[in-house]
Amino acid sequence: MLAFILKRLMTLPLLMFIFSVLAFILIQAPPGDFVTSYVAELAASGSSVDQLQIDALRQLYGLDQPAYMQYFKWIWRMLHGDLGISLDFQKPISELIGQRLLLTVLLGVATLIFTFAVALPIGIFSATRQYSFLDYFFTVFNYVGVATPTFMTALILMWLAFSQFGITITGLFSPEFADESWSWARVIDLSKHIWLPMVILGLDGTARLARILRANLLDELNKPYMEMARAKGMPEWRLVLKYPVRLALNPLVSSLGWYLPLIFSGSLIVATVLNLPTIGPLLLRSLISQDMFLAGTIVLTYFGLAVIGTLLSDILLAWLDPRIRMEEA
Amino acid sequence: MRPTLTIERCQLGSESFVNNETILSVKGLKTEFVLDEGTAKAVDGVSFKVDRGQVVGIVGESGCGKSVTIKSIMGIIQKPGKIVEGRIFFRLKQNEELVDLRSYDSRGEEMRNIRGNDIALIPQEPMAALSPVHTIGNQLVEAIRLHRNISKKEAEKVAVERMRQVGMPSPEERMSVYSWQLSGGLRQRVMIAMALMCNPRLLIADEPTTAIDVTTQAQVLSLLRELQSAQELAMIFITHDLGVVAQIADYVVVMYLGKVVEKGPVDDIFHSPGHPYTKALLASIPTIHTPAREELPTIGGSLPHPFNRPMGCPFHPRCAAFIPGTCDKIPPTLTKISSQHSVSCFLHSENLVDTQ
Ligand SMILES: Nc1ncnc2c1ncn2[C@@H]1O[C@H](COP(=O)(O)OP(=O)(O)OP(=O)(O)O)[C@@H](O)[C@H]1O
Ligand SMILES: [Mg+2]
Repeated sequence: MLAFILKRLMTLPLLMFIFSVLAFILIQAPPGDFVTSYVAELAASGSSVDQLQIDALRQLYGLDQPAYMQYFKWIWRMLHGDLGISLDFQKPISELIGQRLLLTVLLGVATLIFTFAVALPIGIFSATRQYSFLDYFFTVFNYVGVATPTFMTALILMWLAFSQFGITITGLFSPEFADESWSWARVIDLSKHIWLPMVILGLDGTARLARILRANLLDELNKPYMEMARAKGMPEWRLVLKYPVRLALNPLVSSLGWYLPLIFSGSLIVATVLNLPTIGPLLLRSLISQDMFLAGTIVLTYFGLAVIGTLLSDILLAWLDPRIRMEEA
Repeated sequence: MRPTLTIERCQLGSESFVNNETILSVKGLKTEFVLDEGTAKAVDGVSFKVDRGQVVGIVGESGCGKSVTIKSIMGIIQKPGKIVEGRIFFRLKQNEELVDLRSYDSRGEEMRNIRGNDIALIPQEPMAALSPVHTIGNQLVEAIRLHRNISKKEAEKVAVERMRQVGMPSPEERMSVYSWQLSGGLRQRVMIAMALMCNPRLLIADEPTTAIDVTTQAQVLSLLRELQSAQELAMIFITHDLGVVAQIADYVVVMYLGKVVEKGPVDDIFHSPGHPYTKALLASIPTIHTPAREELPTIGGSLPHPFNRPMGCPFHPRCAAFIPGTCDKIPPTLTKISSQHSVSCFLHSENLVDTQ
């Protein structure tokens, strides 16, 4: 098991290098750079900048150098723990991202837990009581859940909350805590607000997961080991939990690898709609203003989260399934 | 009151029906699968009994209802299957009366206490019957802890002991191994060890040698025979191979399309088979007298679809001794041709009808 984890960890630096290049290319892809959009913005507001000033700005930010030099300088600073400053906000990026990253991960993990906590019982119930009324009910519910775009759910719920109860359900904190530093009261305030975005973000995944689990379980429930367990005299519910659920879980765990990053990045639109202080909306803004170092850092952070998610799911899968553990060790 | 079967009542029907040694007595068992396409009568009125220390072999082609018969006995038939008729009498303790297992809820605690404890199963495919993600030890320990209130440590001791009994090399180390790390023969030994965990009174082996090669087959057979005679176990041995039956069974039940077509002591079945189907099965066993490369006789025709079984005798479309006007019109009944030997065929219909 340890050898397996070490082997996985060893591939990390290479992966991160490849991803950093990819992130850089992505950020560089749109025509123009930060100065172009900065000048355009100024021009739009009526003031003009002369060429000399523009060149000076480019030089200041190192934008006059060839792309590969910019990349190496960026990476070099990153490796030394300096994320650079946001051109747009004129603030250190670490300061901008720090708390948002924490909240993003927190929300992501909460969503994941919600997803599994709801999808597991639904999936198990639907499979063991196939074609019962509730099975049909959940099936319809799951289709609706998968088919409705998440931001739509968010908008509908916001509208309902506002029109019916006159409350706004945006953000992760009450106004008085929004810019406070961490305290117990703030954590409690967060726990009061986090569940709604959690449910909204998790609905889609929950529906998908429940459907996959139901299908996997239906496959497992007819296997001879079920018959064997019954022949041993095992109570039905215990047997279902010990054998088929356990086996049907494996493909789900391996899907965690792509699901985790999906929650983190997929929350971009919802986070914007719900005005969440996560890194999604920040990425959107940095992309619009071509704030390349901020955008690059965020994209790379997403990659990092994806890599960690995959790593975690691999480890979990190896721990759950001896066939994988022993094959790869 | 649970329906029990007393010796007196049985004797009213037939003099040789049950005795003090009888452990299991199946009477008129019918199990159906109701599907959209129709109803498959998988088991259609099967009766037989098993005495202490006796091995009853159930023989028949694939799909004739052997597995469904024993699943019905164990109460593990799943939807859309259902036992629709018949009684399954089982003696829970020596010197106690027989109890009808059908009077218990098949998922209820009483029936669960019997499964794995009093009646144990050696399944058809050991590979598929073992969980690939749980160790052998885990599954063996579970088998006994479901029925005995003992610690994990003690259960592990029993498991190692049973594995040694079934001739598993280095049993302690095998406890932490997974099913897919074992060879087919060893896997089958694990299944036998698992079946023996609780010292069952009745052992049911469902084609235990089909999935393994011939040499290992012989080893597993002699192991089963040894274990069975040492403990005077009652055993049902299912196979589609009459050759295997000859090696292990005392009494043989021949099934065709969910019905018993012939049953009798193993010597009678082999030396004076009464049913054309049994004769055909016997003719297809290779012997040392069979000339090499000569094709073995096969039974002509194929098994009819379970939804449209033929009128009259189910075997008549493939039968060499088919009597037109009789075999395709009236279903034959099981008829005694000697004290323990019955045949369901019009060639023997002048004899008494067997009431078992
Ligand atoms: N789960 C099921 N659903 C529908 N029909 C079934 C099911 N299980 C068994 N049957 C029916 O019962 C018949 C007998 O099946 P069974 O498994 O008892 O055969 P078998 O004699 O054990 O054959 P084999 O030697 O292949 O194991 C089959 O032909 C089929 O029509
Ligand atoms: Mg079978």
